[in-house]
Amino acid sequence: MALSTNRTVNQLLKPLTAAISATRCLSSDSTSIITVESSLPFTSHKIDPPSRAVETSPNELMTFFKDMAEMRRMEIAADSLYKAKLIRGFCHLYDGQEAVAVGMEAAITKKDCIITAYRDHCIYLARGGGLYESFAELMGRKDGCSKGKGGSMHFYKKESGFYGGHGIVGAQVPLGLNMAALWDLPAILVCENNHYGMGTAEWRAAKSPAYYKRGDYVPGLKVDGMDALAVKQACKFAKEHALKNGPIILEMDTYRYHGHSMSDPGSTYRTRDEISGVRQERDPIERIRKLILAHDVATEKELKDIEKEKRKVVDEAIAKAKESPMPDPSDLFTNVYVKGFGVEVFGPDRKEVRATLP
Amino acid sequence: MAAIIQGIGAATALTSPNSLDIKKSFLSISPRSLSVRKGSSFVVSSDGRLSYGLNGRGGRAEHFITNAVAAKEDTAAASTSSKPGHELLLFEALREGLEEEMDRDPTVCVMGEDVGHYGGSYKVTKGLAPKYGDLRVLDTPIAENSFTGMGIGAAMTGLRPVVEGMNMGFLLLAFNQISNNCGMLHYTSGGQFKIPIVIRGPGGVGRQLGAEHSQRLESYFQSIPGIQMVACSTPYNAKGLMKAAIRSDNPVILFEHVLLYNLKERIPDEEYVLNLEEAEMVRPGEHVTILTYSRMRYHVMQAAKTLVNKGYDPEVIDIRSLKPFDLYTIGKSVKKTHRVLIVEECMRTGGIGASLTAAITENFHDYLDAPIVCLSSQDVPTPYAGTLENWTVVQPPQIVTAVEQLCQ
Repeated sequence: MALSTNRTVNQLLKPLTAAISATRCLSSDSTSIITVESSLPFTSHKIDPPSRAVETSPNELMTFFKDMAEMRRMEIAADSLYKAKLIRGFCHLYDGQEAVAVGMEAAITKKDCIITAYRDHCIYLARGGGLYESFAELMGRKDGCSKGKGGSMHFYKKESGFYGGHGIVGAQVPLGLNMAALWDLPAILVCENNHYGMGTAEWRAAKSPAYYKRGDYVPGLKVDGMDALAVKQACKFAKEHALKNGPIILEMDTYRYHGHSMSDPGSTYRTRDEISGVRQERDPIERIRKLILAHDVATEKELKDIEKEKRKVVDEAIAKAKESPMPDPSDLFTNVYVKGFGVEVFGPDRKEVRATLP
Repeated sequence: MAAIIQGIGAATALTSPNSLDIKKSFLSISPRSLSVRKGSSFVVSSDGRLSYGLNGRGGRAEHFITNAVAAKEDTAAASTSSKPGHELLLFEALREGLEEEMDRDPTVCVMGEDVGHYGGSYKVTKGLAPKYGDLRVLDTPIAENSFTGMGIGAAMTGLRPVVEGMNMGFLLLAFNQISNNCGMLHYTSGGQFKIPIVIRGPGGVGRQLGAEHSQRLESYFQSIPGIQMVACSTPYNAKGLMKAAIRSDNPVILFEHVLLYNLKERIPDEEYVLNLEEAEMVRPGEHVTILTYSRMRYHVMQAAKTLVNKGYDPEVIDIRSLKPFDLYTIGKSVKKTHRVLIVEECMRTGGIGASLTAAITENFHDYLDAPIVCLSSQDVPTPYAGTLENWTVVQPPQIVTAVEQLCQ
């Protein structure tokens, strides 16, 4: 029936009806369902892709916006802290890729486990980590999530199933994939494809950059990683699939604005136009902002206020972390073993630092 | 960085331009120089002409050209500047050595992550890809096991690859290749295949790089039979060891250090190749032999300044060759001073210092007046927090205390 399909189409593309827009306070809308179409259709390999229509709610959109704003602020603040030499060593920033972290969290629970590589600040936040713990860890303080002993690349959160945070990676995906497929393990392999492996473009490092197809016998899905709703849809779909049928690959087509790490300017292997182009057209926070405004979930001013508030929250966390104490020298020896053997460790002069490994 | 800067100050105070010229003009004919070459290059046996104006010292003086001092004026003519040679940073010295070898021998190639278009994460291979092409300076995917294996295969078929690990810690992923193929192939094939590969990269404890990026792989690799290990510490020996490693038919692992890449030194314009199996006498002395390598050399030299002020005369040797040890130079020193202090960055358990202690005790036990003292890093993963990290490595005051205790 032509009329009903017309109405359905209108429902997908047009904002909510005027009745709701008259009373624009958030609480009355928070349970209503908004259906949004993802920016791009999903491309799939050996599986039927999920539908483009994603169900979300005003509450969820606001959560996405708030979480992504917080992550973005945190990464930018980490950039300045690094330049001020409060964060040292290696620091790999996640800004531009926030949609992947929030979209994933929206589709899974805290009982599902995540493990990732060194670009882990925002995944830690998404898993429920605190800003204060993150900054304290980045500055090497005792109150950090790894007690200051791990650093940027070693964020963990056992209670929320976040298994880290790892510095040295390489070739673990094909091997892991084989075993997961062999034993039908409920694993989702997410490739955050930001198109560059450190300083080398993906087409120079991989014969086939269509990573979602690389699983061969394992089905795969290519997702627009800058669209949090598409990520959520894909992850929900993937979770159902993995629990029933075994591993699935998700390739998130995303982008990082910063270089590979803080020591990489990020502009020697790509043009500034490319970076600003992506920022203008595909920025994840902007997309959610437009959706929120289009569906009258909040006003422009409210969103700006949220961003300001997040900025304040991040600055407070940084200030608190700056004041927090450095680890004790005795912390050098804690947590080497779970149960120590009373092995003696001593400092170079055999007198100054002498401890038994607890 | 203060420690390093002071250390450099100590090192340059001892390395006067004069001494470098004199070094150049030595045509060492001692049996230790195993890689003499024809043509313009020649081997330098680093026999410690670096001291406070103590020229003509050392037991080998009789082997050298009598007009060694006069040779200084000859070589000065080669350079238009007032001091001969040119100044550069350590990573530039590595690049210079690499470039000279690539010019000289078309089979030398480089492979690693970000070595080509990016120019190398520590700029060692900057400018080489535009000059030699993408295949000869190859950007590999992030798969150490795979491209190290590829390098070994290339070496087996006649090339001389230089494999760069972006950080030595990443080479743990290639341990299988390094141990089984690199080290053992020449033996298990009955000598049919030789593996003239050079595996190089920065390791060691840096500035809060975290546990995984601050590893000292020399202690893990030292038992692998069939490989040679060297550690460079100055631009001069970096270039010389790089060239020697490339020319060697054995697999060589060249350990660089993350914090030493920006050291500046004046090195000779002429081509030179150092001996891979030889140690470097940094400072001759009488009271105690201090054996060290890589970054700890600078901590030792800083401590040496304090020790000299306190009236001690330490002999400092940069062992450079981690496998095999240069027991000739070390033994000569032990026989003179009778006391040994080893200062290393490896961990206490199973590090280079532990092996060196065993080797010296076995060979020179009769000459020792006191047990060997080995100062090494703590047996803990390197923490990220700066204060804790400083506690894991040996600091100059601890070296001073150890020497004082040893020399009582």
